[in-house]
Amino acid sequence: MTGRIFTALALGLLLYCGPLQATTTLESFTFPDPEQQQHFKDLIKQLRCLVCQNQSLADSDAELAHDLRAEVYGMMKDGKSDQQVIDFLVARYGDFVLYNPPVKPSTWLIWFGPFVLLLIALWLLVRSLRRQQHVTQQAISDADRQRLEQVLRAGGHEEDPRP
Amino acid sequence: MARYLRYLIPLLLFTLLVGLLYRGLSLDPKLVPSPLIGKPMPGFTLTRLDDPDKTISDADLKGKISLLNVWATWCTSCRAEHETLVEFARTGKVAIYGLNYKDDRADAQRWLMQLGNPYIANAFDPDGRTGIDWGVYGAPETFIMDKHGIIRHKHIGPLTGQVIASEILPLIAKLEASE
Repeated sequence: MTGRIFTALALGLLLYCGPLQATTTLESFTFPDPEQQQHFKDLIKQLRCLVCQNQSLADSDAELAHDLRAEVYGMMKDGKSDQQVIDFLVARYGDFVLYNPPVKPSTWLIWFGPFVLLLIALWLLVRSLRRQQHVTQQAISDADRQRLEQVLRAGGHEEDPRP
Repeated sequence: MARYLRYLIPLLLFTLLVGLLYRGLSLDPKLVPSPLIGKPMPGFTLTRLDDPDKTISDADLKGKISLLNVWATWCTSCRAEHETLVEFARTGKVAIYGLNYKDDRADAQRWLMQLGNPYIANAFDPDGRTGIDWGVYGAPETFIMDKHGIIRHKHIGPLTGQVIASEILPLIAKLEASE
């Protein structure tokens, strides 16, 4: 029993250590201004590492990610804007480094596809609703309608019309 | 008959989806297309691997069809590729240059001494800064440039006899024909 508790504690501690370890990779890049520091962190979070492809430059421990962080840090120290940093990386590694793909003909499908699908779905929905309405309206023949009106006039009480 | 055709629509959509997914599965996400294709090669001036007092620059690669191979001694695929490169250099089909990427000079020199040197010259890029300009994100990578120094092709991963026969040689023939 104590063994189990110990294992659980050890595992819990491991979970706790994970994020701590990840932040240490950033510590070599410091800005005097905490706001700028935060800005640097935000910027490298938007950029994707090419080696560990599902990690951002901020998260990745790959050698290349380290080099690119240093590059971004240097550019920011030189007073370059975010757009200049992003342009620099896109010119070398392509749109792949951006988690947020730019709107252009080759990405129209990603950006607008869902809305097109939504419109098609709405159109199908409206069409099928209209059809249903049409069907229910037709379901009562003229003879039935006449009889219904008669019955309603008579106070809603009727007898079985079948012989 | 036409009434029943509409029941085929879901089947068609499903087939389309399967087709797209099948294509998606066969793509390798590790192969990121380079935005540098069709653009002039990035400028660089680096020391030569064999001699720290001499430099090599992008100008040395111009005026002929050239191949730039990015390699390092820490890269095991480079070792696998090296023999192919040595053999390819013997054919003399293209001017082969090397970019020794994030490596140790002495280690790299020893490597070439032991395994053979297919390169006309090697640029030594210990901090990988030139590698970043070329959009390098691993080794080996291989670039092909035309006479004017325009990048025409990038191969990610080791060169093999098959890659040379199906990708590199046809491209070189095409570039030679157009110039």
